[in-house]
Amino acid sequence: MKKLLTTLYITMPDAYLALKGENVSIIKDDESIGRVPLHNLEGICTFGRQGASPALMAACIERDIAITFLTTNGRLRGRVIGPSNGNVVLRKTQYRISDDEKKSAEIARHFLVGKLYNSKWTLERMTRDHGLRIDVEKFKKTSTYLTESMNQLMSIDDLEILRGVEGNAASAYFSLMDDMILQQKEDFFFKGRNRRPPLDNVNALLSLIYTLLATDVGAALEAVGLDAYVGFLHRDRPGRMSLALDMMEELRSVCADRFVLSLINKKQVQASDFVKKESGAVLMTDEARKKIFELWHNKKDEKITHPFLKEKISWGLVPHAQAMLLARFLRGDLDAYPAFFWK
Amino acid sequence: MTDYDASEFLLLSGIQHFQFCERQWALIHIEQEWEENVLTIEGSHLHEKADDPFIREKRKDVLYVRGLPIHSSKMGLTGICDVVEFHQDENGVPLQGEKGRYLPIPVEYKRGKPKKDQSDILQLVAQAICLEDMLYCPVPSGALYYHEIRRRVEIEITEELKAQVRETAKRMHDYYRRRHTPRVKTGKHCKSCSLRHICLPELLTKESVASYMKRMMAE
Repeated sequence: MKKLLTTLYITMPDAYLALKGENVSIIKDDESIGRVPLHNLEGICTFGRQGASPALMAACIERDIAITFLTTNGRLRGRVIGPSNGNVVLRKTQYRISDDEKKSAEIARHFLVGKLYNSKWTLERMTRDHGLRIDVEKFKKTSTYLTESMNQLMSIDDLEILRGVEGNAASAYFSLMDDMILQQKEDFFFKGRNRRPPLDNVNALLSLIYTLLATDVGAALEAVGLDAYVGFLHRDRPGRMSLALDMMEELRSVCADRFVLSLINKKQVQASDFVKKESGAVLMTDEARKKIFELWHNKKDEKITHPFLKEKISWGLVPHAQAMLLARFLRGDLDAYPAFFWK
Repeated sequence: MTDYDASEFLLLSGIQHFQFCERQWALIHIEQEWEENVLTIEGSHLHEKADDPFIREKRKDVLYVRGLPIHSSKMGLTGICDVVEFHQDENGVPLQGEKGRYLPIPVEYKRGKPKKDQSDILQLVAQAICLEDMLYCPVPSGALYYHEIRRRVEIEITEELKAQVRETAKRMHDYYRRRHTPRVKTGKHCKSCSLRHICLPELLTKESVASYMKRMMAE
């Protein structure tokens, strides 16, 4: 398995990125305020307004470093992709399957089975670690429901019905999100998912982390030669990375939700990290974001054993591993797409 | 059989990959996967000098031509010879701009030392066939120069070897036409493969995904 390198996050809105030798130079007010060598970078995520020089983009393309441009609020503006992943055959296979609802459903089913399995074990882990603080019976009941839904999914080959089963299971799981918040309950609560803009602190955190995860998954898919915009579960919509969202389903609970919960429960974020605007929108301070990126990075360095590959890899490489396994299935090396199961 | 059109030509150097591992060849030439490792970087560095097409030297009766583009439409292969030595020989052919008759001897430069397998030899033989097809003259021998031992190994281009190369080229074209990446046996050679991270040879011997899904879901 390849090695996980670092992702450089630029949160300063006025920073401009340029190429200086073999380094990214971070420029503010015409002055270089920092340099990072390209050779240990996996990707660059910039939340700035100013962008990056064409020379830097070219250097990144050559080295397979993904550059992602996000708005200061964390919405995706675009990505720079090179021509190197030129496997037309693989992409055409992906498009053909995407056009075929029945075949799409076979892959979508595995994404969703992974999602429910991982949601279930997120709940189970909660009962094990915090049994005294939570209503265990309620958690067990939902866990059983998730198991049943998961088994049910395996015999469904219709996308609409798959979405229905998944939708019910997801709301059952999310109904316990608030119960999993064990600290700072007056500032952090969850009454349901809202976004664009997020209207409370927890939703603001979830939005940010989902964006980071989607970015990683999208880059991983493109890197193995797949088209991140053509999905199986999520149908085509201009500008939406449907396949990245498909593959993210498996990782939402274990990667993102658990991370957000631990930020709150370990008091790594506080109420003072958030600002409520007149419109009700909740924004995060720059310092808060910086702090969160660092913790996110640490999280990506943690090691796990991949359930199918049986190889020790870092969390950060899970999107890459799954993208590669999907490509392997589309090429005919595997009999199906192996979902990522976490326990 | 009709000749291949130039647009269908495959890279002659691929014979080497194909001989090493058919899957590796398919990953590089069909799926366009390429990962540089130390071996390939060293290889290309070494070639920089040998490949300069603008160096043409003549010493005594031998003309040295570097970076000579070659092809054979019968085999459907195209490539570049590191060095071709044209030796003055009565059995040879006349060359544009030179007096007398010449016989070509292809010389291929290799990092490292002679290999146990035939990959280098077959690449050289393929070059010889191209030269025969292009110049209408026999190419009875060629040479491999190994950088690590700094020695040249003369190779006789036999009919048997040529038949083997033609057969290999046919197989390569068959895979390419079908866009087929074969699943081949894994082995010791996987350890030194530059595409290991992409191929994941272990994957080819794993349990089926169906059984994996079933097993995990039952837990």
